[in-house]
Parts: sequence; C-alpha cells; structure tokens
Amino acid sequence: MSSGVPNGMSLNQLPLRQRARIVSVDWDGLAQHEARRLRELGFDEGVAIELLHHGPMGRDPIACRVGRMTVALRRAHAAAIMVEPDTRQ
Amino acid sequence: MNPMPLVALVGNPNAGKSALFNALTGARQKVGNYPGVTVERKSGRIALPDGRPVELVDLPGTYSLDPSSPDEAVTRDVVLGTQTGERLPSALIVVVDATNLDNHLRFTLQLIALGMPVVVALNMIDMAERDGLRIDVERLSRELGVPVVPTVAVRRKGIDTLVAELSARIGAVMVLRAGHAPETDFTVLQRQARAIAAAATIEEHGARRFTHAIDRVALHPIVGPVLLAGLMFVMFQAVFAWSEAPIGWIESLILAFQNFVTASLPEGFVRGLIVEGVIGGVGAVVVFLPQILFLFLFILLLEASGYMVRAAFLMDRLMARVGLSGRAFIPLLSSFACAVPGIMATRTIDDPRDRLTTILIAPLMTCSARLPVYAVIIGAFIPAREVGPGIGLQGLVLFGLYVGGIFGAMAAALLLRRTVTKGASHGFMMEMPQYQLPLWRDVVLGLWQRALIFLKRAGTIILATTVVLWLLLTFPKPPENATAPAIDYSIAGQVANGLTPVVRPIGFNRDIALALIPAMAAREVAVSALGTVYAIQGDVEAEGQRSLIQRLQGRWSLPTALAFLVWFVFAPQCISTIAVVRRETNGWKWPGFMVGYLFVLAYVAAGLTFWLATALGL
Repeated sequence: MSSGVPNGMSLNQLPLRQRARIVSVDWDGLAQHEARRLRELGFDEGVAIELLHHGPMGRDPIACRVGRMTVALRRAHAAAIMVEPDTRQ
Repeated sequence: MNPMPLVALVGNPNAGKSALFNALTGARQKVGNYPGVTVERKSGRIALPDGRPVELVDLPGTYSLDPSSPDEAVTRDVVLGTQTGERLPSALIVVVDATNLDNHLRFTLQLIALGMPVVVALNMIDMAERDGLRIDVERLSRELGVPVVPTVAVRRKGIDTLVAELSARIGAVMVLRAGHAPETDFTVLQRQARAIAAAATIEEHGARRFTHAIDRVALHPIVGPVLLAGLMFVMFQAVFAWSEAPIGWIESLILAFQNFVTASLPEGFVRGLIVEGVIGGVGAVVVFLPQILFLFLFILLLEASGYMVRAAFLMDRLMARVGLSGRAFIPLLSSFACAVPGIMATRTIDDPRDRLTTILIAPLMTCSARLPVYAVIIGAFIPAREVGPGIGLQGLVLFGLYVGGIFGAMAAALLLRRTVTKGASHGFMMEMPQYQLPLWRDVVLGLWQRALIFLKRAGTIILATTVVLWLLLTFPKPPENATAPAIDYSIAGQVANGLTPVVRPIGFNRDIALALIPAMAAREVAVSALGTVYAIQGDVEAEGQRSLIQRLQGRWSLPTALAFLVWFVFAPQCISTIAVVRRETNGWKWPGFMVGYLFVLAYVAAGLTFWLATALGL
C-alpha cells in the first residue's frame, strides 16, 4: 500500500523536524500489545507527525510529536509506520 | 449505616491527576493497598458544599479500560465495580489534559459510556493557553454530554466549581443505559475523540515551545547524556554534603536524651536496655533521615518535572544492550531510594520478562537504607579530603559504590536475560509529558509520607530487632570468674562464633558476623547492631563517649572495611524487599532465586575486594 503513496517513506527515514502525516501503519506486522500501545499513544492514519529527537547511541530510540503528544519509540517499531512529508508548510 | 459515597479520580497518565488529588484532599490522605494485589490505594476525604463527606480515591493512570498491567486492571475493576474490597463509585471525576484533548478524550468517551455520573476536569488549561490553544468549554461539555470544569490543579484553580458540579451529580438518579453496549472499537473511539477535540478547539497555534526548547538540550545526543551524568553526580554529592548539619543536630539530640535517661534512672538492666538498646539502636538509624530525605527529594523532583522519562529515553539503548528497556530505568532509579517502591513501580513494564528481570536486579541499586552503613564506614576509613575542586574523596567513594551496584545490576540483567528470563523483548514506547515546575506543596507532601514510612520502620522493625539483639548479646551473663569478654558467653556471640569461619575468608571478623544476622531484617540495622555490639563489648569508662566511627577505626583494617562496603552493595539484606518480590511474583520461587544469587554475588565480590586490598597492602 505504501508503494502507491507519492513520497511515501517510513517514519525512520523522515528527516528531523520535517512535518509529515501518517499514511498507513502495518498493524498486522506488530505484536498485538505493541499495536495496541501505539494506538493508545495516538498513532493512526491521517495524524500529523514530526520527528523531534533521536537517542544518543545508534540514533535509537526516537522521539516524535504525534498529534499534540510527544512519544518515544524504537526504530524497530517506527519502521512499521509509513508517513508522507507535508509539502504545504 | 451507609458508607459515605465514593468518587473515583480517573484519567490518562500525565493528566495531572495526582496534583488534582492533592488539591482536592489537601494533606488528608490515606495510603493503603488493594487486597490481593500490590496496587497502592490512595484516598482522601472531601466535604461537599452542603456538608456531605465524600471519599475520593485516586486510581492509577491508564489509557483505556483494556488493561495491560496490574495497575491498569485495578482502574478498570474499580470503575466497573468488580474490584474486591472496593464499593462501586457514585461518580467519576475524569481528568483530561487540555493540551492533549485528542488523546485523552478517547478514554473519557469510554468512561462516559459506562453510564455513571461523570464530571470532566479540563486540567492544565493554563498550559493550553500558553501553547496558543483556545478551547470552547461549553461546546466540549455539549459534545460529551457531561459537565466540564476548567482547572489548574497545581494552582488550585477551578477546584470549588469542580466540587460544586460533583455535588450536584452525587445522589442524582441515573438511568443506566441498559442494553446499550459501549463502543469498544479503538479506532472508532479515537476518531470520535479527535472530532470532538477539533470541534471544541477555537484556535490553535504554536505548540509546546517551552518543552521543545528544553528537550533540544536535554535530549541532545551529546549534551543530554553529559547532563544526565552530571545530575546524578550532583545528586549523590549533595546527599552527603547537605545533610551534614541536620545529622549533627539529630546526633546531639539523641546524646542529650541518652544522658537525660542515664541521669534519671538507677543503674541496671532497664537503664542499659533503654539507653544502649532502644535509644542507641534506633538513634543510630534515625540519624540518617536527612540523607534519605535529600535522596527522595531529588527523585521526587526528577519525577514531577518530567525529566525522568527523558532519562529513560537517553538510557534505552544502553538498557537494550542488557536486554531491558528504558522503561526499566525509572523503577531502577526509584530503587536508589528504596527497592520496595522501585519493585512496585515495575508494574508499569508490560513485558513480563522485562519486568521480572527488573525486579530481580532492583535490590542491586543502592537503596537509602544502605546509606547509614556506607556513611559510617566511609566516615571511619576514608579521609575527608578534596581530590578536586568541590569533589570530596568520601563523596567519590560513595559514588563508586553506587556505580558498582549499577554495573553489578547490568551484568546480572545480561546473564538473567540469556538464561532464566530468556525471550524476545517488548521494546520501548512511552509518552513524554511536558516539563513542569514541581510544586513545593506536592514535593513536601511526598517527602512527609516517605519520612513517616521511615520513622515507622525505625519505631517497629528496627526497634524490635535492636532490642532482641541487645538481649541476645547480653544474656546469658558470663560466670563470675570469666576471663574472656562477656560477649563470648552470650547467645548472639555463640551464633556469630559459628558463622565466623564462613565469613573469615572474605575478611569479616566476629563482630561483623554478629551484625549481619539482625541486618537481614533491614540493612540499616547493621549500624545499630555494631553500635550495640561495641557498646556492650567496650570498657564503658574509657569508651563510653566515643562514637561508633572512632570505635571502628581501632578495630577494623581497611581491607575489612572495604569488603564490608562491597558486601552491602550486593547482599539481599532486607525482609521488606523479599516480601514485596514474593507478592509481585506470586510465590517463593523468584524471591528464593534472588536471595540465592545475591548472596553468592556478595560473598564473591566482598572476597575479591578483601584479597585485592590486602595484596595491594592497604
């Protein structure tokens, strides 16, 4: 599905402080509890997202703004989140 | 008789629930436990405007009614009325963060759907305004179908209105929405929540500039870790330096008290028991209250300011190397104050194997009960000189002991994760709350609760063990023509004599063996035990007024002292910790395992220290 999206990339590839929108999340590729926690933290198709920081070692984990919340997660999970950079800014 | 109505405070984590609870109840709080589970039950009383009393209970923060931890399960069970030992609440106060409506309204919708009276506290409304967010409260109330009261819990704004709205709802007859199944699809609820948030938001610009500005420094790949290490270092230096004066005051108070009792009682068994056993033993522990409070002060400040989660973020990768996640950092850091709340804090770790590993290594974090032991030994054997500007050698050694515990814990985690707690890790997903200036009122309240717990321990378990030890050390009395010291004839002396061959290889003498026995109950008892041992052993005329530190200096070699310190870094000497591990893991298997591996570790590490120090000619 992500291949059909123009400029589609995973959250991992998003440059720092580049505003974007979540186009799809590979919910089935995540363990059930991981998927639930991500949903609880506000990850969903269509939500605004921005990569804010990465960790001091191996640039892992990452911190991103999701909606109005800042969430930390590991790159392994960020790979399941496909985003589309916001070109309107 | 009808019990007073119960009102539950519910909300997402980081909604400012605890601050609101404190604002509503003041210092009139009761901290207990739910039966059968180890989840803390915090409750307090509030008076409604018409005079009716209501019991308010603060439920663990959770994202939904679909629990992923024991804490969250309690929240669900209480609001559904299925929690044992808790009555069904008459109403709910749902706390939402005004700056994060999208997310918090989802849980609110779930709670409203339960059909019980609900008042929404739109908390942190000031922060929302600072973020350039304007919310139409009436519209929000209309969309949700329940009253919404804007509050600023930390400044006690909106509290009266909230209580008034609550009053109007309690006792009102509610029609249960029979046959109406609450919406459970997560995505649907989430989208409803976002739509309501969007409808109620009048204006929105800018976002969390303040928090982002701090995070640019605090989470910077190079500056961040340096800052974290610096903070930790300052924390441990300060614990030692700042508490010096108050410790002096407490010491002179205890001495004055002892002198007073000595002067007012005739010489004999009772006077000895009170002066040496009770006042001496308990006093030796109470003296460390300032250090313990300073340590808790730092931890409470780090927690309340929102920095703790940043520390978890910075540490995640490192923790991942030993098979844990950054989430384990928070319980482990709390364990520096006390392993018991630290182990209870592991309930926020949803991965069972991660959680078990964290529980098993938590006792290796140097808890505050070890401080009295460290302080006495460091004070006696490490010279108080500066090794650099503002860096004392004593503080440095203390820092080294903490680091030793941390490395021990990491090595243990690595090993455990590859053997007994083998399996894939759940990873790390965490909300990072906004930074907040901690409220002095809340911090002082937290410190007060900790101080009470500590003094209660000093007044019960520590008092009892020191008195029992004093009796065991005193009886039976030596025969008339005894040549050996009186202590050799006592029960404790004989037990210690039996234990001495076991601990002699690692440099411990008979007195240490004697102190280790009661220290099983609580580590800090080791200090009062040594105090009691040397008070009984010593020639009262010559040594009566000498402090424990001076007495130790003449009796122990430096390698012995160092080995003793290292023993306490690793040894599982605390009944409360063992008990809480049993409760948290539902059985004796894991606490048994923990005690076993920690004793082996302590023995080997203390031995290595002793042999190495002896070889170096210290």
